[in-house]
Order: sequence, then structure tokens, then C-alpha cells
Amino acid sequence: MTSVANPRQSPRFVCRSYMAVALAPEPPLVDWIADIEQKIRDTGSFLVGPPVVLDLSSVKLSKSAIAHLVAQLEQRGVRVMGVENVDPSQMDTALPPLLRSTKRESADVSVPAPKARETQREKQQQVRETRSAPATLLLDKPVRSGQSIYFPDGDVTVLGSVGSGAELVAGGSIHVYGTLRGRAMAGSNGNARARIFCTKIEAELLAIDGHYLTADLMDMALRDRPVQAWLEGSALKISALD
Amino acid sequence: MAKVVVVTSGKGGVGKTTSTAALGAALAQHGQNVVVVDFDVGLRNLDLVMGAERRVVYDLINVTQGIAKLPQALIRDKRLERLALLPASQTRDKDALTEEGVSRVINSLKQMFDWVICDSPAGIERGATLAMRFADTAIIVTNPEVSSVRDSDRIIGILDAKTVKAERGERVDKHLLISRYDPARAARGEMLSIEDVLEILSTPLLGIIPESEEVLRASNLGSPVTFNNPSSAPARAYLDAARRLMGEEVEMTIPTEKQGFLGKLFGRRAA
Ligand SMILES: Nc1ncnc2c1ncn2[C@@H]1O[C@H](COP(=O)(O)OP(=O)(O)OP(=O)(O)O)[C@@H](O)[C@H]1O
Ligand SMILES: [Mg+2]
Repeated sequence: MTSVANPRQSPRFVCRSYMAVALAPEPPLVDWIADIEQKIRDTGSFLVGPPVVLDLSSVKLSKSAIAHLVAQLEQRGVRVMGVENVDPSQMDTALPPLLRSTKRESADVSVPAPKARETQREKQQQVRETRSAPATLLLDKPVRSGQSIYFPDGDVTVLGSVGSGAELVAGGSIHVYGTLRGRAMAGSNGNARARIFCTKIEAELLAIDGHYLTADLMDMALRDRPVQAWLEGSALKISALD
Repeated sequence: MAKVVVVTSGKGGVGKTTSTAALGAALAQHGQNVVVVDFDVGLRNLDLVMGAERRVVYDLINVTQGIAKLPQALIRDKRLERLALLPASQTRDKDALTEEGVSRVINSLKQMFDWVICDSPAGIERGATLAMRFADTAIIVTNPEVSSVRDSDRIIGILDAKTVKAERGERVDKHLLISRYDPARAARGEMLSIEDVLEILSTPLLGIIPESEEVLRASNLGSPVTFNNPSSAPARAYLDAARRLMGEEVEMTIPTEKQGFLGKLFGRRAA
């Protein structure tokens, strides 16, 4: 009997999800690029380094225009790892790959208008979905520097502090019963109504639905106090809770 | 049951090696059987601080590779037989350590001693994660300054994720050792206060080691500070910390040199 000395295993295919920053360019593109450049200058490295996905849903671009946009961003240190919401016919292999995000369309819409053609079954399913929707991730110990908590499905509650250099990303709101020293990004799925609460703020960065504020721009009078942050239009507001 | 302790910090130069030697010696002075293990492969220091550098023949890597037997590599302390050192290799790098090899060595050491104290290298790479891998207890050495505290926070997160205990769903016991504390500078606001450090790291305090020339003097003589000058402020801080590690209730104080001087006088008179 012969035996294979070193049987080769067939390759394993593993699916993983990764975190990326999504940028949605808006017309006119020249102004949008200027805006981005300004933001990079204001906030340092927030966009430079982490992988970025371009959401092209609000612009209609040709192949060459997409290539130009990607090049413009790369010149400013923003690495585009993929694009989404674009007609596949506008894609070619020279461009970053087309991604399909798992973001549910309903995430942006608070009250979806019922469709006449909906069957009873679909309705039931929708009801069940809304029931299971309020997901919360409860963390009962501090989030330490270097840790990254990513919970796109709902709220994140931390019983303890969030260390400097730690990161929380939530599809819903973020509640920190402790000192928030790291970064907190709420409403990451496009939920502008998400909020951030903490018993003591020393945060490095707060963001809601992509609108952010770095520590430099936060009101010093609020430091060390319990606060909440919410979105008013595209402005991130912070106020004391005490 | 033997306890495996890792002395770690993330940041370099905060006093891990000094603390490993002093706590190891202090535990032995309290009657325990102790081995201190140098995991800083390529940059070994613990042999110098313990005054054993001229007696190193085999090292941790030789043992993990089966080139030497554990008793051949262990160096018994000349001052106190209960204390032993397993040195690191100076000529190899950290890649020469394997998890399997480290596991075997630690298990054998657990049969021979009450305490296995692992001196971690700085950083969060392989050397540091292997040093903490089999720990029951972690001593996180922190200096009262922001960069050291943030690195400690990071290390605590890694302890909760990458140790065998954490992977089994158990918890590594964590203790904070604040080192190089200077009360005068803290009072002037040039250092973080003890309260700030504890608040940021929310980890129980094992001891506060004052900044002291005695530490440098002792390590230049190749003698842990608790041997070299047991009544000095840092030595008393380490001796108390060792008792807390053994589960005793000891009131938390910040020893100062003044008391140390008095202590020395009384110590002499009693002798
Ligand atoms: N309490 C203290 N007072 C004064 N000096 C100290 C004290 N503790 C440590 N030192 C000095 O600080 C320096 C670094 O200490 P040590 O080698 O123990 O740090 P380490 O954390 O092991 O460093 P590494 O990360 O390089 O391994 C040494 O010169 C040591 O003598
Ligand atoms: Mg060292």
C-alpha cells in the first residue's frame, strides 16, 4: 500500500467582512474633491491610510471619469479599494473592483411606503424583521487601546471606558458608561438619527453617519463631562448632559 | 499549584526586567520557590540584573529545542537557593521560539517551582505574545505618563484576547505596577497622578515603585534591589508588592527614601 507523504489540502475559501470608509461623491465633482482635500487638511490622517470605498450612487460617471476621480483621490493619499453603486458596464479591470455592500436599502428610510403588490407573506416577513431589528451589542468591560469594535447591526453599549486609540463603529447609537477616549462612529450604515452618549468625554474623534469632529474641534468646556452628540443637518453637535 | 506570571508593558524601558528581578527575589525572600524566565531573546538583560551573566551556559531556546535539559539551563541564585533564572539567548532572535516549545518548558517549570515569572520583551509582537501566552497572572508595568499608560491599555486588551486562558473563556488575573513614580514631579503636575492612571486602566494596583537611584545602583551590582538594599524605598515597595501577589492584604503606601533611611537605622540597630 502506498501512502501520500504530504497530501495537499485543497485551498479553503473563507469569507470575511472588513471595515472601510465609504465616500459618496456629489456633483459638482471639482467642488467635492476640494472639500475632501480641505477635510484631509483639517483632520489629519482620518481618510489617509484606511481603505476607502467610493459610493457612486449620486453621480453618473463614465469609465474615464471614474478613473480620473480615483487618481485624484490617490494623489491626495486616499486609497480607493473598491467602488459601489455603479453600472457594471462602466467598470473595467483597471479600476478598483466593484463591491456590493450588505447595507439594507431600508436603513436610510425611516418609514418604508407599503407597496400595493406586496403579498401577505412579505408583509409578515417585514414585521418579523422590524421586530428583530433593535439589536444591541453589550460590552461589559472596557474597550482597550488598539481594539476595534464593529457592529453594523445596531447600538453598542459599553460598561466601562473606551481607551485612547480604541475604536467603536455602530450602525445605531453608541452608549459609553465610562470615559470615551478613543473614536466613536455611530450611524455607520447611513443612520443620521444615531447618537453618541458618554459619561465623560475625552474622545479623539466622534462621527455620526460619516460627519465627524476631531478632538481639536470639540468645545474644551465639555471635556470631562457627560455629553451627547447628534447630527443637525451635516453638523455634528455636542452638548452636556449634566 | 504553581503560578505563571508575565511581567509586561507594551512600551519599552518602563522597568519590566527590574521588576521581574525584584519581585522574583522578594517572593523568594518571603519563602517561595521562584524561577524568573527571560523572554527577551536577542536582548537579554535579566541575567545582568540578577548578576548571573558569567554563569550562562544554556538558555531558553536550547531547552525548547531539546539541545539542553532544563536543569542544565537553570541557574540557581548564589544568595538564595530558592531563586533560579532561566536565561534568554543573546545570539538568536524571537522567531527561534515556538509556542509548543515554550509550552513544554513552562509546564516543566510548574512542576519545580511555586512561581514562574516571565520577563516579557517590549512591543506586542511574537516575543511579547509568547511570554504572556501561558500566564495565569499578568503584572502590567506602567510609568505615570500618557504613552506608557496607553501602551498598557493596549497590552491589557491583548492579554484578554491572546492568552490560552482568554481563549478558554477564563480570565488572566491582572495587576498594575506603577513604576518610576516621583511624588514631587506628580505634585507639580509633570506626571500623571496615581488616580489618573488607575482611572484610565481600571485595573487593580499591585504597588507603586518610586523613582530611585537605588535601582540603578543595584542593577549595576547585579543584585535585585530587594537583596542589595532591602530597606530602601524601592525595595520595600517591591517586598510589599510580592506579599500582595501572594494574596496578603498589605496597606498601599508610596515608600520614600526618608523612611528608608530611618528604616535602615532601625535595621542596623536590630542587627
Ligand atoms: N524605580 C526606578 N527608579 C529609577 N530607575 C529605574 C527604576 N526602574 C527601572 N529603572 C531604570 O530604567 C531602565 C529600564 O529598566 P528595565 O530594563 O527594567 O526596563 P524594561 O521594561 O525591562 O526595558 P525593555 O523594554 O528594554 O526590556 C534601567 O536603566 C533601570 O535601571
Ligand atoms: Mg527588559
